[in-house]
Amino acid sequence: MSHRCLTVMGAVFAVVVLAPTFAAAQPTETPASLRTPWGHPDLQGIWNNSTLTRLQRPEELGDKEFLTEEEAAGVEQETIARNELLSNRPAERTTAADQLDSRADGTPGFYNNLWLDRGTTVVATRRTSLIVDPPNGRLPSLTPEAHTRVTSAEADRIEDVRRGRLPATSWEELDLSDRCIWYRGIPSLPTGYNNNYHIVQTPDHVAILQEHIHDVRVIPLDGRAHIAPTIRQYAGDSRGHWEGDTLVVETTGFNNRAIIRGVDGNLSEALHVVERFTRNEADLIDYEFTVVDPKTWTSAWQGSLPMTRTEGPMFEYACHEGNYGLYNILAGSRAEEKAAGGAGK
Amino acid sequence: MGNWFRASVAGTAVTAAAVVAIIFLGGEPAVSQGPAYQAPRLPGTSNPNLTGLWQAFVTANWDIQDHAADAGPFPRLLGVWGARPAGQGVVEGNEIPYRPEALARKEENFRNRLTVDPDNVNTVGDPEAKCFMPGVPRATYMPFPFQIIQSTEKIVIAYQFANANRTIPIGEATNAPVDFWMGWSNGHWDGDTLVVDVTGFNGLAWFDRAGNYHSDALHVVERYTPMSPDHLMYEATIEDPTVFTRPWKISMPLYRRIEENAQFLEFKCVDLAEEYLYGDLVEGSSQGGAR
Repeated sequence: MSHRCLTVMGAVFAVVVLAPTFAAAQPTETPASLRTPWGHPDLQGIWNNSTLTRLQRPEELGDKEFLTEEEAAGVEQETIARNELLSNRPAERTTAADQLDSRADGTPGFYNNLWLDRGTTVVATRRTSLIVDPPNGRLPSLTPEAHTRVTSAEADRIEDVRRGRLPATSWEELDLSDRCIWYRGIPSLPTGYNNNYHIVQTPDHVAILQEHIHDVRVIPLDGRAHIAPTIRQYAGDSRGHWEGDTLVVETTGFNNRAIIRGVDGNLSEALHVVERFTRNEADLIDYEFTVVDPKTWTSAWQGSLPMTRTEGPMFEYACHEGNYGLYNILAGSRAEEKAAGGAGK
Repeated sequence: MGNWFRASVAGTAVTAAAVVAIIFLGGEPAVSQGPAYQAPRLPGTSNPNLTGLWQAFVTANWDIQDHAADAGPFPRLLGVWGARPAGQGVVEGNEIPYRPEALARKEENFRNRLTVDPDNVNTVGDPEAKCFMPGVPRATYMPFPFQIIQSTEKIVIAYQFANANRTIPIGEATNAPVDFWMGWSNGHWDGDTLVVDVTGFNGLAWFDRAGNYHSDALHVVERYTPMSPDHLMYEATIEDPTVFTRPWKISMPLYRRIEENAQFLEFKCVDLAEEYLYGDLVEGSSQGGAR
């Protein structure tokens, strides 16, 4: 009963709240040269969604919705200059106190800049956030339940463990990406590296391979029903269909460890995501998404970002295989405990 | 086949009787080359359409060679849950032509199949137990379905186990840029058969739970041939001169999962392997910090 109730609520949310904003945004039609032999728009290829634009508008920008051309050029130039500086810098041993390679909060262990691939451009609209709705470019308010989930003492402790400030009791306290379980989340948003996707399609299925942790989404297009809500998955259960020249993918059935990059903490099983892929240009897919999770946010939110065509091949990302990092985090935690043992801890 | 048939009936009465027995009593041979089945084409192409959810129904994941039923490693803990089913091998002639020193390594693999060695986690123990990518051909005959997604220029195979997957470009072959668990695949069509040439292995995957293994010199040539709307014949030729004295071959049918609601489900098994891999390193465990 409650499942069905939630599903219906989700669907109502999706129709009422989500539909209007994007419905008008398809003025052009996919040209014949960008169609498959069976007539669908051809989304196939390897795509990259790196961008300097953040998910949420930085608070200091207030109600500034767009950067000016000069401001955008400034941000891009600054990034290019920083990359050049870091790659030309002579090799040297860095320390935890070296702000250049450490995390913003000073904790050690962050990757050298060479590993990173955040892109060197902001989104073409120069919008100050990937979020287009709410209009302030920020995530909606948390529900009281989610507020507790994110700000509890336990959540603080887990954050300390994940930042290396406290020993880890068990692997279960580490996040899904450190454990190599699931990285990208849905909607699939950019992070510091490996923002690559490979789309392969048939008349009745679309596969989206995600480079990170070698993931693959298999999305049926044949109109079949969702799997029963009794089966929950990290990546949920996706169904696709064509609306004009846009591939619309609706995903439900997430487990209670669902994640979205750029969003703190886990989401709930009520998460419901609609993604829209439109390719009107050879080198560009417009990727739009709408997120509803009534147990996390008080309203739906929407975002948009470009996926740009990139040269392959995509490599196999073996993350869990030989994940010595996790062994070392846990062995290090046990060693810390042992060392602290004499002090009566 | 015609020549073989004529030669046989020209032989002894015993041979002739055997042929009669095969023809009249044995039914269709397992690999029918009879009137060629014409699979539906991928729209806009002349190629058969292999898209679908497929699964092998053999016990080769336990042992690719013949094997009797066995209690398995933990009968006291698991009862018959952990037992190995009896099964006929998938290796042609049932012989794997190991070099002598390589056979010793296979036996050692079997003894250590459930050993977790944090210092050698990639090389000791069956990769399956650790939820590592299963490699090729093992991914094909694990007891999980896999989805073929066939487009005009690329074919993706998504395996439920460990979310392993590979992309098979059709056309001009390219060399593996680096090593991979799942290898580097190049595909082409030989009539209605999809032929996939796989190299670029990292040499860490196994063939089965019996410890059968290969090196990074492995070269696999797979053949996927449509036999009926719901069957493919899968054949793989295995070549690895550092481990085997000659190439050898496995084969098995693949069955389409025809349930109306059959679909690719998630088996992101890492979190199912963590207690096995890291259980000695949790707070308060007896061996914690031993490393």
